Amino acid sequence: MSIVILNDKCTACGTCVDSCPFGAIDLQNEAARINDNICTGCNACVSACAFEAIINPETKEEKPEAQTAVYHGVWVFAEQREGHIMNIALELLGEGRKLADDLGVPLSALLLGHQIENKTEQLFSQGADSVYVLDNELLKEYRTESYAAAFVQAVKTYRPDIVLIGATNIGRDLAPRVACRLHTGLTADCTELAIDPEIKLLMQTRPAFGGNIMATITCPNHRPQMATVRPGVMKKLQQPADSSKGKKILVPFDTSKVNIRTTVREIVQAAGKIVNLEEAQIIVSGGRGLGQKEGFALIEEAAVALGGVVGASRAAVDAGWIPHSHQVGQTGKTVSPKLYIACGISGAIQHQAGMSKSGTIVAINKNPDAPIFQLADFGVVGDLYQVLPALIEEIRALQNLAHQA
Amino acid sequence: MRILVCIKQVPDTNEVKIDPKTNTLMREGVPSIINHDDKAAIEAALAIKESHDAEVIVMTMGPPQADYALREALAMGVDRVILLSSRAFAGADTWATSLTLAGAIRNMPAVDLIFCGRQAIDGDTAQVGPELAEHLDLPQVTYVQKIKSLSHNSIVVERGLEHGYEIVESSLPVVLTTVKELNVPRYPSMRGIVDAFDCNEVEVWNEKKVTVPVDQLGLDGSPTKVIRTFTPPAKSPGKVLEGINAREKAQRLALHLQQKNLI
Repeated sequence: MSIVILNDKCTACGTCVDSCPFGAIDLQNEAARINDNICTGCNACVSACAFEAIINPETKEEKPEAQTAVYHGVWVFAEQREGHIMNIALELLGEGRKLADDLGVPLSALLLGHQIENKTEQLFSQGADSVYVLDNELLKEYRTESYAAAFVQAVKTYRPDIVLIGATNIGRDLAPRVACRLHTGLTADCTELAIDPEIKLLMQTRPAFGGNIMATITCPNHRPQMATVRPGVMKKLQQPADSSKGKKILVPFDTSKVNIRTTVREIVQAAGKIVNLEEAQIIVSGGRGLGQKEGFALIEEAAVALGGVVGASRAAVDAGWIPHSHQVGQTGKTVSPKLYIACGISGAIQHQAGMSKSGTIVAINKNPDAPIFQLADFGVVGDLYQVLPALIEEIRALQNLAHQA
Repeated sequence: MRILVCIKQVPDTNEVKIDPKTNTLMREGVPSIINHDDKAAIEAALAIKESHDAEVIVMTMGPPQADYALREALAMGVDRVILLSSRAFAGADTWATSLTLAGAIRNMPAVDLIFCGRQAIDGDTAQVGPELAEHLDLPQVTYVQKIKSLSHNSIVVERGLEHGYEIVESSLPVVLTTVKELNVPRYPSMRGIVDAFDCNEVEVWNEKKVTVPVDQLGLDGSPTKVIRTFTPPAKSPGKVLEGINAREKAQRLALHLQQKNLI
């Protein structure tokens, strides 16, 4: 693995130095030079160079091997818990429908569980042409080993070209296990999926380096091409599909070789209300600028006035002011509400990674140089403890007017 | 009992800033640290060492300078450290990384517990732990937020879920991936630091010491290929609302939101 700089083409412009996420390039003697001890071969400099002076001899124009051609169709893992299909599965069907249409292939859902056959209708109406069902007592509750075995059996039998899985605490446990057993690649937390029109490969784009850069990844020679997507990133179908033509395929599950070495003794639900940030239309978030735990009472008041829910930055969660389930960002939830109001949040790249797809973004912050203002549609420079109560009053006044009208 | 902890040295991505003029990463002075979830794994192993008399081995795969992360682990009190480092390992995706780790584990005395951090802050994939378990054909429990009990042949832990947790029992050996909320890692002692940087050896293993076919290592052995990286395009900033005081600014904001049918 080595990236090569062609000295005769290099103009020492320095673009590659800035492009390298790992600081592996410097300029010496009028040319760029790569420190092989630091270089990871990520190819960032290859695409950044405007003079074609940087090449990676090991990146061949790879044609899919012949055996990849027998893989066909797009699959979505229809994650269910206690018989309820998770919203992420419906979002993936919406995205999978586009990919399948671009490729001209069918879209299918893979449903694993026990006594869940009646759930297929919902999957058809959300875009699935067919649903593969493995119904077995061993699949009643999620366990890594039984689910991985069932998943792998289904993939080996029906050979899908693309498999999408939700990046939930279950999906992120299951997907790597399945991909590894199938000896194929897996791209985590994709924010954008597309089919390359020429080579027909799945182009998987995801944040890397803590969200500071984006990377587009392919899986050229192994099948299926597997990706996970976080909840809230993709969109469900706008209009329900015609579910009358949906095909249900019951797949036998050979349990003879399934070795389950873990036991779930108990499932404990968290106390307090469940915060559904991913599906919220309006989110009011608080950050370090609140200064104290009690500040969230004001955030909550604003959220209630607007009919929204409370979010938080990592700083506020780390300070112990609010539970992690409220956290928005790289290590929290990805949200895309119609309105996102960030109060006392500076807007680190990790926070932006979780909320930049919001419809309208409002920032309220004392510091006029806070990065959040770069992202906000409307910014208010000021003390949130003065701005927010005034805003709540204004909102109530406008709502009252609307009621009277 | 023997415990292996797999860790990763990562750039502190919280310290990375984007140059607003060039829209590129500013890396100057970004420190390298032990990944937070992995440090919780080291602490968990050391706590078991104290209560159950275990040997703790810490292993990482990375460039020569990852040596520093291993010395920090030594200073915290682990018994042995191994650095998997070779040009042949470079450019590995999660599949090839986990295969390399598995190949190294096959060449060490049998371990009862393997800890990995749930995910690294630079890659955020959370894939290496489960893929390692698969390569070794071991059970796995991910998102471990509490260790409830441990015997010579089984362990009971809490596995975090989105809205709560589940209590899972597993036979040993097992791969556990830990979240940073599991514990508060100890600080190295002065004595530990001196020993770690003066006396203790970091074993360096190259491709000859792992049982993996060379064509399955590193970039060549990776099913996924990075074809392009780019800095997310900067959005053009919106309007900063003017006003003589907070009330006037709030009024303007409310009107804008009303115009967009958000109120």
